[in-house]
Amino acid sequence: MSASAIIFYIISAFILGAGILAMTTRKIFRSAIWLLFSLIGVAALYFWLQVEFIAAVQIVVYVGGIVVLIIFSIFLTQQSGVEMPKQSGKRILFSALAVLFGFGLTFLQIWKYNFQPTAKNFNWTVSKIGSQMLSTTTGGYALPFEVVSMLLLAAMIGCIVIAMKAPSATNGKAKEEEIEKLNQEPKEEIIITEISEV
Amino acid sequence: MNYSSYIALIPLLPLASFVLLGLFGRKYFKNFSGIIGCAVLLVSTVLALYAAYNYFFVNGKVNGVYQTIIPIKYVWLVFSEKASIDMGIILDPISVMMLVIVTFVSLMVHIFSIGYMKGEERFSTYYSFLSLFTFSMLGLVVASNLFQIYIFWELVGVSSYLLIGFYYDRPSAVAASKKAFIVTRFADLGFLIGVLILGFQAETLDFNTMIQRLTDTSSPQLLAIASTSFLGISLLTWALTLVFIGGAGKSAMFPLHIWLPDAMEGPTPVSALIHAATMVVAGVYLVARLFPLFHINQASLTVVTFVGLLSAFLAAIIACTQTDIKRVLAYSTMSQIGYMMFALGVSGYGGEFGLGYTASMFHLFTHAFFKSLLFLGAGVVIHFIHSNEMKDMGGLRKYLPVANWTFLIACLAIAGIPPLSGFFSKEEILLAAYQSNKLVYGVALFTSGLTAFYMFRLYFSIFWNKNAEVHNPHGEASFSMKMPLIILAVCSALAGFIPFGKYISSDRTVLESHFDPMFSIAPVAFGAIGILLATWMYKNENGKSERVSQTLGGFYKAAYKKFYIDEAYLFITKKIIFNLIGKPASWIDRNIVDGTMNGIAWTTGRISTLIKGVQSGRVQSYALYFFGGIVCLVIIFLYLWK
Amino acid sequence: MSDVPMSHILFVSTALFFIGMYGLFTRRNMITMLMAIELILNSVNINFVVFNKYLYPDKLDGIFFTIFIITIAAAEAAVAIAIIINLYRSHRSIDVENASEMKY
Repeated sequence: MSASAIIFYIISAFILGAGILAMTTRKIFRSAIWLLFSLIGVAALYFWLQVEFIAAVQIVVYVGGIVVLIIFSIFLTQQSGVEMPKQSGKRILFSALAVLFGFGLTFLQIWKYNFQPTAKNFNWTVSKIGSQMLSTTTGGYALPFEVVSMLLLAAMIGCIVIAMKAPSATNGKAKEEEIEKLNQEPKEEIIITEISEV
Repeated sequence: MNYSSYIALIPLLPLASFVLLGLFGRKYFKNFSGIIGCAVLLVSTVLALYAAYNYFFVNGKVNGVYQTIIPIKYVWLVFSEKASIDMGIILDPISVMMLVIVTFVSLMVHIFSIGYMKGEERFSTYYSFLSLFTFSMLGLVVASNLFQIYIFWELVGVSSYLLIGFYYDRPSAVAASKKAFIVTRFADLGFLIGVLILGFQAETLDFNTMIQRLTDTSSPQLLAIASTSFLGISLLTWALTLVFIGGAGKSAMFPLHIWLPDAMEGPTPVSALIHAATMVVAGVYLVARLFPLFHINQASLTVVTFVGLLSAFLAAIIACTQTDIKRVLAYSTMSQIGYMMFALGVSGYGGEFGLGYTASMFHLFTHAFFKSLLFLGAGVVIHFIHSNEMKDMGGLRKYLPVANWTFLIACLAIAGIPPLSGFFSKEEILLAAYQSNKLVYGVALFTSGLTAFYMFRLYFSIFWNKNAEVHNPHGEASFSMKMPLIILAVCSALAGFIPFGKYISSDRTVLESHFDPMFSIAPVAFGAIGILLATWMYKNENGKSERVSQTLGGFYKAAYKKFYIDEAYLFITKKIIFNLIGKPASWIDRNIVDGTMNGIAWTTGRISTLIKGVQSGRVQSYALYFFGGIVCLVIIFLYLWK
Repeated sequence: MSDVPMSHILFVSTALFFIGMYGLFTRRNMITMLMAIELILNSVNINFVVFNKYLYPDKLDGIFFTIFIITIAAAEAAVAIAIIINLYRSHRSIDVENASEMKY
């Protein structure tokens, strides 16, 4: 067994271990940290596969972006250190059975298919990726690129709209109520004075 | 002036008045609706008289024969090249005569109603219904084809239903209107089948073409309809008999007459218009309209004769025993229509033999006047005394002089006393019967004596007999109620002098009526005997009538109970039809039809209650089901579906 | 490298996928469910890269798919967190069991 293979198994064990812990620990903040480790492990796997560009993207986007976002939202919605409520045993049992069965089924297929790698070398460069990404000829990814950029824009606007407190509506209502209150008070006084005069 | 320019206005003006009063009457013309209705109808009447003048004296006659004129014809519903339903106007002697009668009597009734219905809550509704009826009746009279006549036939039935049930807060009126509608509707089923057979076999619905085709002995249509037979009777006989059943239902012939006495629940002017002068003679009119066809088929004509005779005789007997004055008049109407029917039945076609046809139409004409007069007179009496029963009346001649004299004229007319109109028409009918069938003549003669008897029984019971017990006498009636009485009395007295045979005869040439004083002796004698008998029994309050009725015993009771015909109908419907057909049908409907539907609904409900737990609202459960589904699909596609 | 069979790498990605699946089924907190989804997406990414590298080395499509998935995952995470925060505002909780108005 070569050193490379040993490194692979270590990385694999790290990814899976961190993943399992992330999905089972009952403290949400720890869960987020385990997720972080697992994602870093995946990045390491990319390094091991010698696709350093993807590994870099993985670290930048996932580790630097998404996980940070998740941690922020945890702080917004949750007190850290509070244990999450337990799921019912029945649900855990059924989920575990379903997942194990699905895993067995899937891996059985992979095992039976027995993928054989080709002998050719995988050679890629960032410039190759860049030129194909923006090429408009056959095999070029200019159109998906544009579509994804639109998607990002839409998601950004969507996030703002969803998360925005509708300020005009709530404030307007509050103001109206106040105005009504102001209007009602003097009226009552007038009625009282009229009655007393009579 | 050409007919087409104004003839359509005669029926359409009452329609316009119906729409106007029906939609806006209650709100805007609450007090003028009577005047509006009268004014509109006055225009119609003038137009109808003008049309009659034109037809009979100016341009109706070509070479001594009255022509059939169709001034308006409009193809309405086209089913195929051969079959279409048209709307048209036909002018021939009988339709023009009917136009005059209907508009004139209707006008009288309209005027009378102004006084009679005064202060009624639904005054304008009443006038809109009257207008609707007048429109439908005029449409029926001028219909140029069999289907149009059927449409207006039903419209007449509807407006009659509405008017009988006018006092809808009285249960008896509601029941009477339902009864009238159902009985006539039942008869109209026969009419419809007859219309369809005739239309199918003659390949047309148009009267002229149909009569032309079916009376031509060499035409293929006649051959087809006469040679096809059903249950051993030729199709033509079936068709004409079925059409006659429709006519018998409307004209209250035995045994479909049971609705007419009950129909007296409606306002009295309505009875005068619908159940005396116009609608009930529609059956006679229908038979007269198809008379050339009836003539070639003696079997159906025999049915007409004997149904008419039986109705005339039975109704006269029943009329002698009734105590409700309107019911007496109703049975009298039925009896007189029976006269018209058997006059048609005994008639031949053309020349001398067509006397019955002329006589029937003549009697229809005169009867319209004196019978509506009788009803309107009864209306005045009822208005005055607020009761329909004879026992509440008596000695009213001092209080109601106009009604007394006009009623007397009408009674003399219907009894056939010369020189009033009824004498001439009835004598012609009897002459026609004498010439064709002695049995019919005998029964008719006896019936005419009965007629005189029950009419004078009625007259004496109302105006003479005991002394009046009127508690708070108010004036006789308003001018609007008296005027129609006087006009109609004049008409009833003088209408007999019209030389009717000159204008209306079966083959449309001139029928010279030869007046034979010797023949008149018997009818007049019978009439006089009837009158004297009634005078003896009813003029003064003496116990004679009770004694006579006790002597007759069971027969009197049977006649008083209208020969138990209503009870027989009730037995058939309630005991037989309801129990044997209605109850099983309702059981099947409740248990099998409803049960199936309820069972389906219940099963669906149970199933949805059982499986609604799946829709728990928990996303993770959904995800689990989803995953399970995918696993199942994977297994199926990988291992099971190879 | 060649002494690690391809199926072992695929084992890792498959296992990661089903770990994520398990988390999706059992976690009641919406943020942890979002994490589970991230894990699932990552396992798919691994597959794309591995297939590209070993089966079609002269093409770059797997790489591109990976890049696009990462992009979309970022957008998805942003939207999801916006929704979660909104839900937290209205329900004072981000437990999926509490957000079950849409039932029968």
